[in-house]
Amino acid sequence: MPVWIGLLARKGSESELMTNLKPVDVAIIGGGWTGLLMAKEITAKTPLSVTVFERGGPRKTSDYAVTMDELDHNIRMRMMQNTAEETITHRHSTKNMAVPVRQYGSFNPGTGVGGAGEHWGGASFRYLPDIFTLRTHLTQKHGPAKLSADLAVQDWGVTYDELEPLYWKSEQLMGISGKAGNLRGKKIDGGNVFEGPRQQEYPTPPLKRSYASSMFEDAVLKLGYHPYPTPAANLSETYKNPDGITRAGCAYCGHCQRYGCMVGAKAQPTNTLMPVLATRKNFQLRTGSWVRRIVHKDGRATGIQFTDASGEEFFQPAATVLLASFTLNNTRLLALSKIGAPYDPIARTGTLGRNLTHQVSVNTRVFFDKPLNAFMGAGSLGARISDFDGDVGLTGAEDGLLRVGMIAVGSNGEGPIGSFGTMPQGVSKSNWGADWKKASLAWKDRSASIGMAGEHMAYRQNYMDLDPTYTDKFGDPLLRFTLDWTDHEYKQREFAAQIQARIAREMGAKFDEGKPSRARYNVINYQSTHIQGGAIMGLSPETSVVNRYLQHWNMPNLFVIGASAFPHNAAPNPTLTVLALTYWAADAMIGRYFKHPEALA
Amino acid sequence: MKRREFLTIPRAALGGTLLYTLAGEAFRVQAQDGNVKVPLRFFTAEEARIVSAACARIFPSDASGPGATEAGVVIFIDRQLAGPYGRDKYRYTKGPFVESFPEHGYQAKENPRETYRAGIKTLGDFAALPPAEQDARLVAIEQSHFFQLLRTHTIEGMFCDPMHGGNAGLIGWQLIGYPGPQMSYRNEIDKHFGQPYRPKPASLQQIMGRPGQPWEDEKD
Repeated sequence: MPVWIGLLARKGSESELMTNLKPVDVAIIGGGWTGLLMAKEITAKTPLSVTVFERGGPRKTSDYAVTMDELDHNIRMRMMQNTAEETITHRHSTKNMAVPVRQYGSFNPGTGVGGAGEHWGGASFRYLPDIFTLRTHLTQKHGPAKLSADLAVQDWGVTYDELEPLYWKSEQLMGISGKAGNLRGKKIDGGNVFEGPRQQEYPTPPLKRSYASSMFEDAVLKLGYHPYPTPAANLSETYKNPDGITRAGCAYCGHCQRYGCMVGAKAQPTNTLMPVLATRKNFQLRTGSWVRRIVHKDGRATGIQFTDASGEEFFQPAATVLLASFTLNNTRLLALSKIGAPYDPIARTGTLGRNLTHQVSVNTRVFFDKPLNAFMGAGSLGARISDFDGDVGLTGAEDGLLRVGMIAVGSNGEGPIGSFGTMPQGVSKSNWGADWKKASLAWKDRSASIGMAGEHMAYRQNYMDLDPTYTDKFGDPLLRFTLDWTDHEYKQREFAAQIQARIAREMGAKFDEGKPSRARYNVINYQSTHIQGGAIMGLSPETSVVNRYLQHWNMPNLFVIGASAFPHNAAPNPTLTVLALTYWAADAMIGRYFKHPEALA
Repeated sequence: MKRREFLTIPRAALGGTLLYTLAGEAFRVQAQDGNVKVPLRFFTAEEARIVSAACARIFPSDASGPGATEAGVVIFIDRQLAGPYGRDKYRYTKGPFVESFPEHGYQAKENPRETYRAGIKTLGDFAALPPAEQDARLVAIEQSHFFQLLRTHTIEGMFCDPMHGGNAGLIGWQLIGYPGPQMSYRNEIDKHFGQPYRPKPASLQQIMGRPGQPWEDEKD
């Protein structure tokens, strides 16, 4: 029955015609890892009706059969969110005007069923225990006077010990391939000896070793470090998870990150969650449904308003709303819906949008006189050391350097377009023409990259809000990033580059020496799709948007799920922690909230 | 309706299986006197000659191996420009358009089609010039957005899957020893350390037994 609702009132029209749908118990915004995992948990343990709203299209494993194409996927970003419809804007500081990220980009948000969980690389780490209590940890270690007034890291309100069983559930869900380095406190060589204690060994053994990772491992062992295989959602062997879902082992085809997996070896929402959800009678998925607002009245969400693919607008009443899209849209939708006070970095008031973090990285390209056959690989195939993760490897003598990150080499599968022309600096004067071609051919398949995945701490001045100028396809304001690197991130890079140089020398590689540049934040060069913050979790409504159960402080029947809840970024890839937190919130919802739908904290 | 333009190329200049490369429009290829006539989707014949000549300087055919001419790079670029990429279907193109820091990337309004159309004009009688003068003309525009696109697209056209119109006869992949999108390296990934492993290249269609769906063929 059509009803008039004045939610999207624009100039010249008091209200719009909108179709009112039959109420559901739970409306979930976003059909990626978090939204679909929430749906799986709730529909398994309660009779509640659950509808997931996904703005992109449907997807399934068989769609990926003929998509191993570097140009369309790795370069033109065919699976990503369409920037023409919606993007973000960026400025380095409040003094500048923000401009749109017109094409990707330093990160690649996904769309469609499965979201970025379809085209991710599969790296699946637990965070160091001290990440969850970082403010306390740093204050105890250095004293409050040593910490910059702009440092905005906070305790999460949840601890590693509380998440440990849920990390394990997440690892079992995806069948993570790896090797434990700390099993109930016992340190085990070959695994990550710096990780928090685990109760169980990984569900499946590590992936095979590539040539690049074997060279890296040999070198770091000689230097006294502790290499371990990157824990991977790209299965090393056939695995059946607790839901009875069986997936095949990885084929190392080299088309992984930015592609969907054609054999289902990489855990993706479409091959891990959708087959279970398809059997649930109280579950519904609506694709092509672009949620525009969370509708609320008197401090409670009443439902969501969305536009379908044909442009028709709907109101979906719901008793509980779960906002479970990507970090960007979680923050933006709260702002567009006017839920919570926008953060102001000058006055230090409000919370929505604060603690925006990305990833700190630096790479040393290493060259060999032998071919690496680098076209083979898997999204998370590689080796790494955590000897410098967190502050494990710091002596205290490093000037102002508080945290570093992991150092790794990966064999993700190099494409022929993207890798052509990789050569040591100075070999060719030009980047086109006969000499360049000859040099490119001489250096083809002769290199690997030693990278750092570094922790990105939160600062007062890095945040998100709505852009005053640029709008999306509907005319709604885009999300604006105000983000730049600080001296600490440059120090992280310089420190990591020295370790990388040490490893490169030990590997017998040729590489470009010199300090990494102190360039501003760059929206063009891919860094990682690890964007965190905006709707952070915490212990007080003064300093966070959601409570320790990811429930909105101001609206008890609204939960905001995802890396938007991270008060700062850790060094490792965030997906496993995102899933563990999703289980954490689901347990609180199912165990307590649905029985008494009020504030949990 | 606009008269369809063709690019005329000596048959011998193109690498290998031309009909395969042009699978999308195989029946429109007309051979005459050892020449093939490739139907153009975006360029005029004159524009295609200029772009082809410029690509041949960026990635020349010489003693180190075949180049942009043999790979059919100009056909690749023509199709990219004719498709959604060429008209910025997936790029954010709302204004205002402002000058910003280089860290914000290309911010201008012009889409790749417009950039090429204007850029080609700056090359003048390029195709008729001797190679040294062609190079000088390219050096003069090296910093332009047009040249950066042209260079990037030349590499893409050399090494893309042939369904996109470049890498004719897999000549680019043969040049660098890339085997194509093989289904599995499960038994190879932990072998051949330090030794070249170079299976015979195959295209996506050859491997999967059915054609892929290149993005440039997407219907509006």
